Amino acid sequence: MFLRRLIRNKLAVLGAVLLLFLVTMAVLAPWVATHNPFKLNIKERFLPPSSSHFFGTDGYGRDLFSRVVYGAAIALRVGFLSIIVAMTVGILLGLISGYYRGWIDTIIMRIMDAILSFPIILLAIGIMAVLGAGFANLMIALGAVYTPRFARLVRSSVLSIREKEYIEAARVTGCSDVHILFVHILPNCWAPVIIQATISFGYAILWEAALSFLGLGAPPPSPSWGSLLADGKEVLNRAPWLTYFPGAAIALAVLSLNLFGDGLRDVLDPRFKE
Amino acid sequence: MKTYVIKRLLQVIPVLFLIAGIVFFLLRLIPGDPAAIYVGTNAEPGVVESIRREMGFDQPIYVQFLIWLSRMIRGDFGASIFYHLDVIQLILQRLPVTLTLGFLSMVFALLIAVPSGIMASVNQNTYKDYLFTLLAVLGISIPGFWLALMMVIFFSVKLGWFPATGYVSPFEHFLKGMHYLVLPCISQALLASAIIARMTRSTMLEVLRQEYMTTARGKGLPKLWVVGKHALKNAFAPTLTVIGFQLGNILGGAVITETIFSLPGIGQLIYTAIGQRDYPIVQGCILLTAFGFVIINLIVDLLYSYFDPRIVYEG
Repeated sequence: MFLRRLIRNKLAVLGAVLLLFLVTMAVLAPWVATHNPFKLNIKERFLPPSSSHFFGTDGYGRDLFSRVVYGAAIALRVGFLSIIVAMTVGILLGLISGYYRGWIDTIIMRIMDAILSFPIILLAIGIMAVLGAGFANLMIALGAVYTPRFARLVRSSVLSIREKEYIEAARVTGCSDVHILFVHILPNCWAPVIIQATISFGYAILWEAALSFLGLGAPPPSPSWGSLLADGKEVLNRAPWLTYFPGAAIALAVLSLNLFGDGLRDVLDPRFKE
Repeated sequence: MKTYVIKRLLQVIPVLFLIAGIVFFLLRLIPGDPAAIYVGTNAEPGVVESIRREMGFDQPIYVQFLIWLSRMIRGDFGASIFYHLDVIQLILQRLPVTLTLGFLSMVFALLIAVPSGIMASVNQNTYKDYLFTLLAVLGISIPGFWLALMMVIFFSVKLGWFPATGYVSPFEHFLKGMHYLVLPCISQALLASAIIARMTRSTMLEVLRQEYMTTARGKGLPKLWVVGKHALKNAFAPTLTVIGFQLGNILGGAVITETIFSLPGIGQLIYTAIGQRDYPIVQGCILLTAFGFVIINLIVDLLYSYFDPRIVYEG
């Protein structure tokens, strides 16, 4: 039922296909890439796109196509894991906040509000400036930035679910709070969480690229799409292709998740139906 | 209404307090001696010692926070390690650039977003609407900094229409200043305009379905009047919230835009300060930008009640 409605949404299908394409490319990177993405070859510097180098080469003679392909693995992994971090922490905080209410709710939600009061990229920049560039730190920074969004969503679902009769029944039959939270309440919160996760996943990829572009994200020489753009920026007039392809890859990844997320929202959340 | 305004103003205080707490906590995560971080690793031992005593770094953490907070409240953000100037002075010097850029970007965004959002809602489920949906989702997906670089390649490097970097204040030379700001503003406005346009479309669709709209149309009022006067005013309140939120993202995005186009604003100040480990600047800029964002949202909330007086504010 759910799948059939999703398949009927053409844009969602397009998003899913694009996403699948990127995931396949990332997983099969060693086979898809035509060259070693790290191999320097000074003789082949700044070659424009050709049949031997699909996307041309950079200032060190590295094959850009292979670097973009490996970059897909970085973008998807960092994006996915940071959203997993945000989801896990956000869901836990949201469950506690919404179920126990009272002072703990006030404290948690005020802190979440304060985090939401920062412009996303600025807080991420601040965290990365303090922690230093690196993949683990990227996941912490992006995870922290997106945690409040999940916490708020889950909390508001919990607030309505906890008043339901079957929760009362579970409590009367002696179920523990943990059991009620994870077995009876959490499964009913998933729809908005999944929608939020899909769309945030896209943005996480965007922000990872932005941070790496500023030199605050992925450590060199890893071929993060953002770092590739930063390299391209230095030689805009000499080798503009170094800018075309990594940026297009970012746009494609974010687009696929936005299309898929919009489709999921239309199907899972009837309130948004137009 | 009056009580709402007062309540909303009071609500801001704990948020500002917590924001300050987050920034304080963040800077304490930097490994190393906090006093040395505050005055730079090359500072004389005597200076480090005096700042340690002044900032209370030898006392419990909550005392440190209170000392730090009281300095921040007085506008004392410390001195830059690199420039040997007060941070607040550096920020005030550069603030006009960032504000001009932010304001013009938002004007750009609104000029694109509001008319196109209205156009799409009035022509729902036609090719115009589909084209709009496509462009909007592209606008959300394309990274602004990539668009910036692409525009530099085409409009600066290839065509030579606009300068690739640099800044002239539009308050001194209006046309020349605008010439320098066109590309930065467009790239910075992209995401905001797509998000605001989508919001405009969906709130307009909701309003257009209301009964009073049918009445207005039934009275034979001209279409433009119906849409402009009756629909837009009512659709504007929810859109306003998104605009406030996007203004904050534009302020944050300034770090990237100003770096690409070498604009001497707050964003560039943060970026170079991070590279130079000039943490007093990083701290001051982040704190002030976040405060600015809170104030913007406060103003938006107050305006919201003006645009949509039906809203009842409880407890």
